Amino acid sequence: MMPFQPVMLATDALIYLLLVLAVSFAWYTRRHDHLRAPWRRVARSHTAMGALVIIGVYVVIGLLDTFHFRLANGEDEQGNVRYASEIHSALDLLATPLRERREKTYSAPFATHLYARETIELPDGGQVRDFPRLKWGGAHLEDPVRDRNADILWRMLAGIAIGAGVWLALMVLYTWRKAGDGRQWWSDPDKGPQRTAAWIGLLMLVLLGLSLTLAGAYHVLGTDKVGEDVFYQSLKSIRTGLVIGTLTTLVMLPAAILLGIMAGYFRGWVDDVIQYLYTTLSSVPGVLLIAAAVLMMQIYMSNHQDEFNSLTERADLRLLFLCVILGVTSWTSLCRLLRGETLKLRQLEYVQAAQAFGVGHFTTLVRHILPNVMHIVLIVVVLDFSGLVLAEAVLSYINIGVDPNTNSWGNMINSARLELAREPLVWWSLLAAFLFMFVLVLAANLFADVVRDAFDPRLRERS
Amino acid sequence: MMAYIVRRTLYAIPILIGVNLLTFLLFFVVNSPDDMARMHLGAKRVTDQAIEQWKVERGYDKPLVFNLEAEGLGQVTDTIFFDKSLRLFAFDFGQSDSGRNIGHDIGQRMWPSLAIAIPIMLVGLLVNITFSLLLAFFRGTYLDFWGVVLCVAMMSISGLFYIIGGQVLLGKLLNLFPISGYDIGAHAWKFLVLPVIIGVVSSIGSGSRWYRTLFLEEINKDFVRSARAKGLSEQRVLIGHVLRNALIPILTGVVVVLPTLFMGSLLLESFFGVPGLGSYTIDAINRQDFAIVRAMVFLGAVLYILGLLLTDISYTIADPRVRLE
Repeated sequence: MMPFQPVMLATDALIYLLLVLAVSFAWYTRRHDHLRAPWRRVARSHTAMGALVIIGVYVVIGLLDTFHFRLANGEDEQGNVRYASEIHSALDLLATPLRERREKTYSAPFATHLYARETIELPDGGQVRDFPRLKWGGAHLEDPVRDRNADILWRMLAGIAIGAGVWLALMVLYTWRKAGDGRQWWSDPDKGPQRTAAWIGLLMLVLLGLSLTLAGAYHVLGTDKVGEDVFYQSLKSIRTGLVIGTLTTLVMLPAAILLGIMAGYFRGWVDDVIQYLYTTLSSVPGVLLIAAAVLMMQIYMSNHQDEFNSLTERADLRLLFLCVILGVTSWTSLCRLLRGETLKLRQLEYVQAAQAFGVGHFTTLVRHILPNVMHIVLIVVVLDFSGLVLAEAVLSYINIGVDPNTNSWGNMINSARLELAREPLVWWSLLAAFLFMFVLVLAANLFADVVRDAFDPRLRERS
Repeated sequence: MMAYIVRRTLYAIPILIGVNLLTFLLFFVVNSPDDMARMHLGAKRVTDQAIEQWKVERGYDKPLVFNLEAEGLGQVTDTIFFDKSLRLFAFDFGQSDSGRNIGHDIGQRMWPSLAIAIPIMLVGLLVNITFSLLLAFFRGTYLDFWGVVLCVAMMSISGLFYIIGGQVLLGKLLNLFPISGYDIGAHAWKFLVLPVIIGVVSSIGSGSRWYRTLFLEEINKDFVRSARAKGLSEQRVLIGHVLRNALIPILTGVVVVLPTLFMGSLLLESFFGVPGLGSYTIDAINRQDFAIVRAMVFLGAVLYILGLLLTDISYTIADPRVRLE
């Protein structure tokens, strides 16, 4: 008997596929020295190593949120396990306190009282209009006005201590295993970038420690209109951002690579047809094409509602569809780059030699052309990521992005925007979405720059 | 030159046909007009009669490509494809789903869009060139390094936050400008300042960084070295030689987007309540008005192709080394 039943959503499957691809790519690269050389250049960059740690933290949270399951929920008469209809992820389980502690409506970060005045019934039967206490936020305090700041301070110190302690233990283990003597690692000039990564790691662990000690007792980033914890929403949005940023490129890659190298290699009418195809597609403004496609999907979904088993599944399919549509609008630039590079490659001696030896077209493409354009693919994948994360927010804002029920930074901004007219300002949802997005996109941008410089400095992206 | 322009224009025709077919497929074949009607009329239990009436009112009741009932030429012309798709070539956009003349609306709404887009482009160009020229002047120093870091940081902020931040800071807290709205005539400037500032600031990150790369590329070339060897000051080298040569890619980059300025900015216009084409498109998307979205898709493609054509022509004017084949 299992306490849970795993559920694989469509995007989950693709994420696992991406994970397998990434791991096998890394394994392949490790064994080939010429492929490792550019990565060594990346590893020598302080910014890249620091950014990588931050991206890693996001990816771990995203992966935790990818493992979905239904929890067991009692047994029926025959003794078979019954499972709840709700789908949860590992992250949901870890963040249960955040998920379940719902307030009534808005409350500011670290608040102990609601944002708006309400009529409260006094025990003696009288009524008074005041800010009511929150059900969960700071509920453990006897006198919030007196105790809150001291309590937050103690919890912060504890959080920092936990984070720093874990970090110290990890560092001692790592330097002891790697270098035998920790002091040597700390003074080795070659290990500078690794030390940068270590410091960023310390920052991340302290943040983790802080959220452990604080998020359980307060709403660290406030609550939204229906009283849901904003910190929890921001964490859940990470998966959506990562899915849009990575799956879009994964979905478009086969078509872009195949058509791009075919156009460059075969030339002639094949080239004409493929060029016509991507010129036509790229001449439609991207937003409008996405809007048209999403409108059409909405029609389909509203007319075929019974085909979807659950809301989660429907939202997930919509997310996947958005990736596909974004992929259709963004594959053209990669295709164009690959075509140009292949045109260059096919003139080179080793391709000519292969042809002279009677090697077939397919083998030539796979063995000689493809490996030599892969660096362009890699650069484009890394460069596109941050743009796609930003695009999600804009699209969700104009209601052609992810499903309104999906947690995403775009939806957070969209729903918080109307609150700007309020007095006093409800700013915390926007701040949370801003911080989470900014850190991810900045790290991705910095990392992408280093990767591009290491692999092909001439390849500039017109932004 | 003339022959080249004519030939390039002819090249555009198959692409436009492609775009036209694509929109037709997307709007009429993926989902039938019946589905559209059901979506619009809302409820699940809508009568067939109501659907039929909705389609007749909007001219969606005809067959898609072939009309077997009609006679002669009518077999081809009396169809949705001819009515809704082919007419786009003559810039006859027809009626929107709510019954307004789309062509007339576009003609009116284009001006507010331009009133915002043109100042943003001009001021943005000035600011970006100045800033990136400064970075190029101080290349290799800490100033340059932190300038680029600033650019990357500014690139990493979503456009939405520039708008929201600008509205809250300049409009609400400092109370300098009206938060949103639009006016015609002499009073329009008040409403234009804030969107233009925000539009320019949000373009600094990617724009300045891109221009800086262009400048640095020119700086390493031989003619710059000879200019320095002649004894010119660094400022004169930068402005007289580097800037002048880097202007070619900068200006051609501007020419590409010139025609699309008509389309307006979706986000700025909808946040600031400017009655331009950008907010027109957003409203159409939110109201699910397919006729307008279809018209805008086609118009956007036409303008994009026009931009490419203008780019090619401007290359030959700006850089005599480029010859037309």
